[in-house]
Amino acid sequence: MLAYILRRLGQSVLVMAVVSLISFSLFNFVGDPVNNMVGQEATREDRVKIYQELGLDDPIFTQYFRFVGNAVRGEFGLSYRSKRPVDELIKERLPATLELVLVSAVIALVFGIVAGVYTGIRRDGWLSKFILSSSLVGVSLPTFIIGIGLIYLFAVTLRWLPSSGRAGIVDLGWWRTSFLTLDGWRSIILPAITLSLFQLTMILRLVRSEMLEVMQTDYIKFARARGLSERAINFTHALKNTLVPVITIIGLNIGALIAFSVITETVFQWPGTGLMFIQAVDFADVPIMAAYLCFVALVFVVVNLIVDLLYVFIDPRIRITGR
Amino acid sequence: MLLEIDNLDVDFKARRLTVNAAKSVSLHVEAGEVLGLVGESGAGKSTIGNAIIDLLEPPGQVSDGSIRFNGEELRGKDEDAMRHIRGDRIGMIFQDPQTSLNPLLRIGEQLVETIQKTKRVSQAQAQQNAIELLESVGITEAKARMRSYPHEFSGGMRQRVVIALALAGDPDLIIADEPTTALDVSVQAQILDLIRGLCKTRNLGVIIVTHDIGVIANIADRVAVMYRGNIVETGDVKQILGDPQHEYTKSLISAVPPADKRLHRFASVDYIDGTGDATANTMQRIDINTHWLGKQSQLQQTHIDKDNKAPAIEVSDLSLSFKLQGAILKRNRRMLKAVDCISFAIAQGESFGLVGESGSGKSTVARLIAGLHKPDAGSVEILGQSVLGSQKDPLVKAARLNLQMIFQDPYSSLNARLRVLDIVAEPIRFYKTSDNEKHTRQIVKDLLDHVGLGADAALRYPHEFSGGQRQRISIARALASRPRVLICDEPTSALDVSIQAQILNLLKDLQEELGLTLLFISHDLPVIRQMCDRVAVMRHGAICEIAETETLFESPQHEYSQHLLKLMPRMDVFG
Repeated sequence: MLAYILRRLGQSVLVMAVVSLISFSLFNFVGDPVNNMVGQEATREDRVKIYQELGLDDPIFTQYFRFVGNAVRGEFGLSYRSKRPVDELIKERLPATLELVLVSAVIALVFGIVAGVYTGIRRDGWLSKFILSSSLVGVSLPTFIIGIGLIYLFAVTLRWLPSSGRAGIVDLGWWRTSFLTLDGWRSIILPAITLSLFQLTMILRLVRSEMLEVMQTDYIKFARARGLSERAINFTHALKNTLVPVITIIGLNIGALIAFSVITETVFQWPGTGLMFIQAVDFADVPIMAAYLCFVALVFVVVNLIVDLLYVFIDPRIRITGR
Repeated sequence: MLLEIDNLDVDFKARRLTVNAAKSVSLHVEAGEVLGLVGESGAGKSTIGNAIIDLLEPPGQVSDGSIRFNGEELRGKDEDAMRHIRGDRIGMIFQDPQTSLNPLLRIGEQLVETIQKTKRVSQAQAQQNAIELLESVGITEAKARMRSYPHEFSGGMRQRVVIALALAGDPDLIIADEPTTALDVSVQAQILDLIRGLCKTRNLGVIIVTHDIGVIANIADRVAVMYRGNIVETGDVKQILGDPQHEYTKSLISAVPPADKRLHRFASVDYIDGTGDATANTMQRIDINTHWLGKQSQLQQTHIDKDNKAPAIEVSDLSLSFKLQGAILKRNRRMLKAVDCISFAIAQGESFGLVGESGSGKSTVARLIAGLHKPDAGSVEILGQSVLGSQKDPLVKAARLNLQMIFQDPYSSLNARLRVLDIVAEPIRFYKTSDNEKHTRQIVKDLLDHVGLGADAALRYPHEFSGGQRQRISIARALASRPRVLICDEPTSALDVSIQAQILNLLKDLQEELGLTLLFISHDLPVIRQMCDRVAVMRHGAICEIAETETLFESPQHEYSQHLLKLMPRMDVFG
């Protein structure tokens, strides 16, 4: 068991090392960093001085290890654009993104699993058919269309909810939350729904197909033959057996939610890390891009590590083989 | 009368036609009695079991008749009422203990859940009952085993847990659907004893659904024989097995390979009510002396002398271990010795049997000889030529060409996307042993004729054939490289007894005709006795005993052989 965890940890470190190499190479491939920092009128001497100050004349390995050493401490240098430390900028923006992702993940999980189980059991009911066909819309429409549609309906026409931005923020000192006010909730609801729709559909369809498969197994038939109630069969015996593949997908998806909230944040002008990243790309703000890349990789690695540990918790057979 | 079924009809309505899975079936079971329901696959015996507890797979439904349980009509009861019958009053045991327990729940949880549902007792009381139940089905240290998961039990132990679960609600009737089919013969005997014992001590009525007449002979008080949805004969077990009245029962019993004497051929089940396949009669034989099949290929001729007197197969000190758990340090690795220092030689033209229980390594030996695994140590020679060298070596290739294999499962051993023509022609095309494509097609058609399928089969796909017919295709494919040695790995264990008789007869005929050497692997002792000249008994990867078949069956030397023979289901008591 310990060996299993250590092996997984080792793999995670390897992934992070590769990603850091890629984001480090951004500095060297996306234009000349000195050119990006100094103005038009800088002299040649100024450039050389900055070049030396930044340590760009050191061997490439020294530069890389310096980058990794700083990155481990959370330091990615100054943003070219705002001249502020990148880690500070990310810390400022992170609560907005994490809250958005949390709300949309809860929506996707709750509705996805419940609807998945329902459509898996009542295969031929009209409600199942309706859910399934409307869920197709969820996968086939791009996020920005759904976002704009929701804004048009709920913000412009009905005027129930704000169309963009993050309102009602309460500063807790270490965290700026919008969960504590009604305005905060009103502003988060549309972007969260927009972000969750795709994941919801995926989870729904996956849970449904797993349920259909599990309902055919002998142990479900045997549970029926022992006269167990439908509820016990569906929610204890069947659902638990659908969870291993579902958790894999959910794990990957939560990573994806954080990493690719970019579009939703742009549509709703949500002041999160995704919006920050898009703006950084616009201005070729390499330190932010590099930091964002490392951050997203870290999120994926951590989420997958948790998923792997959850497997062991859910499925006792993995404990034995240790994989 | 515990259970009384009267004129029961079960229909499966498909889009166009309706299949009558059971036609006016009448049965009855008393408390304390074991009723055997026997028949071949598709006879509708499982359907009856499922119909009793109203768990027919859709679109199956009971269309007529009555099912009275303790005098109460079960037909037409709603789902809620049926749920209180299932488990509480009628318990069910399924075939495969590997799949009938939920793999993610501890067996204690599954037992307690069922006990609480059926008896409405407290958690602690249910816990106590569960431990007692486990003890009563012969599981030691029951208290500790409550916390185990299903995969931590062996097959036989799991089936005991399944029986405990079926008994949890103290039912009056147990329906056991092929309860021992997935188990080894020694475990089968224990489970049958257990069911029989429980039937007597708890005064249960038991219905055993099985295709195995040996099981019926061992456990049942009365038998009902099913054929195509009808009960053709019912009565006392001694009377039915000893003096069957109906034609079908007679031929079914005669098709079971007798354990006590050797016959030249198997009696085949010829009771087919006018609709069966008559392939056996229209079969066209080819003349071996003039046909392609009787000649040797260039490759075979140049490298292996026709007068070669070397053993067909000779293995010495063959070993193979599988890695159970990998580790960097050698001493931490857990290895399973699947085959442990095995040596034997099979003379040309001989039938050699390899018998043992599951996990004894008998199939691994076959796969090693066929080159599907590489041995850790030892040598394999086919017709005097070592075959462990480079596969490109023409000598090795020629020797390999002389050996073909027939696998156990006729469903997964044929590529479903290829036509039978291409399946059978593959070895011919691979070794380029025919003159041209037209010749290849002609050979395939002749081969299909020769194994009793008819040349028309060539253009069809495997799914259009039954299990027995598919096994004929496998045999035709094996013959297509004109081998002198055939390895048959449990060729009939997935087949019904009547089909088994046909396939075994076919193998015997081909052996005589072509002078084939057979390595015949089976767990079924009576089949081995009918098929083989010499037998090796395997256990835990090693050979316990090699003897002439008749010697082994009459006076086994090794303790384990004696044990196996004692457990062999016998019908001769009624003969």
